[in-house]
Amino acid sequence: MNRPVFRKFAAAPHIVWAALFIAAPLAFVVYYAFTDEAGAFTLSNMSALVTSPNYRAIFLRSISYALIATVICLVIAYPVAYIISRSRVRAQSTMILLIMLPMWMNLLIRTYSWMVIIQDTGFLNGILSAVGLPNLHIINTPGAVILGMVYNYLPYMILPIYSVMVKIDNRLIEAAHDLGAGGVQVLFRVIFPLSISGVISGITMVFVPSISTFYISQKMGGGSYDMIGDAIERQFMNNYNYNLGASMSLVLMILILVCMAVMNRFSDEDTGGVIV
Amino acid sequence: MKRLICSLICLFVLACGSPVLALDDATQSIDYSSFAGTELRVYNWGEYIADGSEGSYDLNAAFEELTGIHVVYETFDSNESMYTILKAGGTAYDVIIPSDYMIGKLIAEDMLEKLDFSNIPNYSNIPDEYRNLDYDPGNEYSVPYTFGRVGVIYNTTMVDEKDAAEQSWDLIYNPKYKGKILQFNNPRDAFATAQFALGQSVNTTDKADWDEALAKLQEQKPLLQGFVMDEIFNKMESGEAAIATYYLGDFFTMYTENHDLAFYHPKEGTNFFVDAMCVPKGAQHKQAAELYINFMLDSEVALENAEYICYGCPNSAVIENEDYLEFLQEELHPDAFELLYGQIAASVKTEIFENLDPDTNTYMNRCWEELKSGDNGNMMIYWIGIGLIVLLVILVIVLLVRRHRRRIIDDDEE
Repeated sequence: MNRPVFRKFAAAPHIVWAALFIAAPLAFVVYYAFTDEAGAFTLSNMSALVTSPNYRAIFLRSISYALIATVICLVIAYPVAYIISRSRVRAQSTMILLIMLPMWMNLLIRTYSWMVIIQDTGFLNGILSAVGLPNLHIINTPGAVILGMVYNYLPYMILPIYSVMVKIDNRLIEAAHDLGAGGVQVLFRVIFPLSISGVISGITMVFVPSISTFYISQKMGGGSYDMIGDAIERQFMNNYNYNLGASMSLVLMILILVCMAVMNRFSDEDTGGVIV
Repeated sequence: MKRLICSLICLFVLACGSPVLALDDATQSIDYSSFAGTELRVYNWGEYIADGSEGSYDLNAAFEELTGIHVVYETFDSNESMYTILKAGGTAYDVIIPSDYMIGKLIAEDMLEKLDFSNIPNYSNIPDEYRNLDYDPGNEYSVPYTFGRVGVIYNTTMVDEKDAAEQSWDLIYNPKYKGKILQFNNPRDAFATAQFALGQSVNTTDKADWDEALAKLQEQKPLLQGFVMDEIFNKMESGEAAIATYYLGDFFTMYTENHDLAFYHPKEGTNFFVDAMCVPKGAQHKQAAELYINFMLDSEVALENAEYICYGCPNSAVIENEDYLEFLQEELHPDAFELLYGQIAASVKTEIFENLDPDTNTYMNRCWEELKSGDNGNMMIYWIGIGLIVLLVILVIVLLVRRHRRRIIDDDEE
């Protein structure tokens, strides 16, 4: 077989796919973002985003919520991933399965269930009342939106960290102990540097869907804490303003690209891990 | 004997197979044979047709059986999303069922076909009061499907009787019920609740009016539990929220789940709406579409729909049907007939939505953005967010500088 020819054609389906479903839509987004209704070139969509305090508020809110959710995910996921990676092999696969299990259900259903659990007359407050504790008001607050994001995206943080940690050679940790390092020192000077690529890809995998989410904020926040995704959806489905919607999408994409570029600087050389 | 057995078998098959509606002669006598195998695309609101669930007949299946036309049925959740899909032009729908002001918009943009009423003999079932409405003055493009009014729904165990007795829009702006009030999550309906309270027209083109309505809603926002659409069912039925503004027909559905709920039409006036069947430009099977519309106006079919959807039915054959009156009284709500068709309905001051001109429409959407994107004075979370951003930037810089230095040291050692 003529290898170069085969190689050329082996990639063809992917190139067609990428052109049709990645490059073309991207081109449309850029086109709409820089044109007005009549199709003439304009920068007014972009300038509207910068000058309007409303859109600034939405962008700031989205970034804040996504960052907070990412940090919370990291704080929860890191110890969990460590514990799983240090347990027996059979226990490991069970625990990973349990973490993956909720992801088999649809995101919409999971979010809707949370609504029913944490609402004022919901399941959680029912239990609290039964035990005689004061009720919690969680639903329709920023906290509820962040809770929704943390719950839905936590597995995406645990899995990459776990997959890197499980490869850390136990002998390295033992060696560090032998050389007189304490528990904290081992954690920060041995385990953390070795797991950094997992952490970076975990952060990316949580931050990106968090910042662009739209359903969670509508349901958990009662429609009062809009994120960029909600604003984009409204432009397309309600206001019939493709141009403004596209420019928002473009800004969001650039924002995500910048974040990922910064992230990649930390992992490109060290381990070449599982960056998405 | 053989024939008797045959007919017995036929009867048996009929009884066991799909249930059969006793359709009007006018519907049955049409010759459908030339349409067999046609594919008809219908685009309607979600949960807006008797579909065989909850003991109803499956009307689309019944239509298919009668005519041999295959119905491809799809649903939308707002007039605006329907408009977007229609405008995008991916699918050629044959029948759509939008609301009044959207029909006005579609007519203005030349997106609807004129109907041939000779294919819709059952149109005679539509009473005069539901013909020639403002959105379609000559009644050339649309045939009413359902109607309704917006009102205030409240939970009698959570709201003081004297507050509700006012029968005013003020109830949804009452600070006493902070965190227990639900507002529409779509601009036209939400602004209307403020405009009626302020005594404005809902079709105003004066920007100052829209600003005033926006201010009213911004004032209400901290009192709200949320902006919702269909989540309202769960929230009102469970007692999670005490006060909401929504459509009368849906109130009946909620009432059957929770008898503590009550409804009134606010005295300042409220929105009267009609959802009507139209054929959009580009329809592939206009005549089959008209037969579908005709089928929906059949007295038995319309009755089935009226009992399933619970909205008002603009069909004299249904309104005069004893069974329907009994159903309203016994199964829906003691005052259902009065609220929908009777004395109470007649005394309500109403205004219908008209198509807003593009300028006003854009301005309304901008006001809505303003309302939705504003924050509820909850700044703490921003400071945490901004703090985190600053921290991260510092961290990134420190790490990069450190690595840079280390690299220089490494290079020196080599």
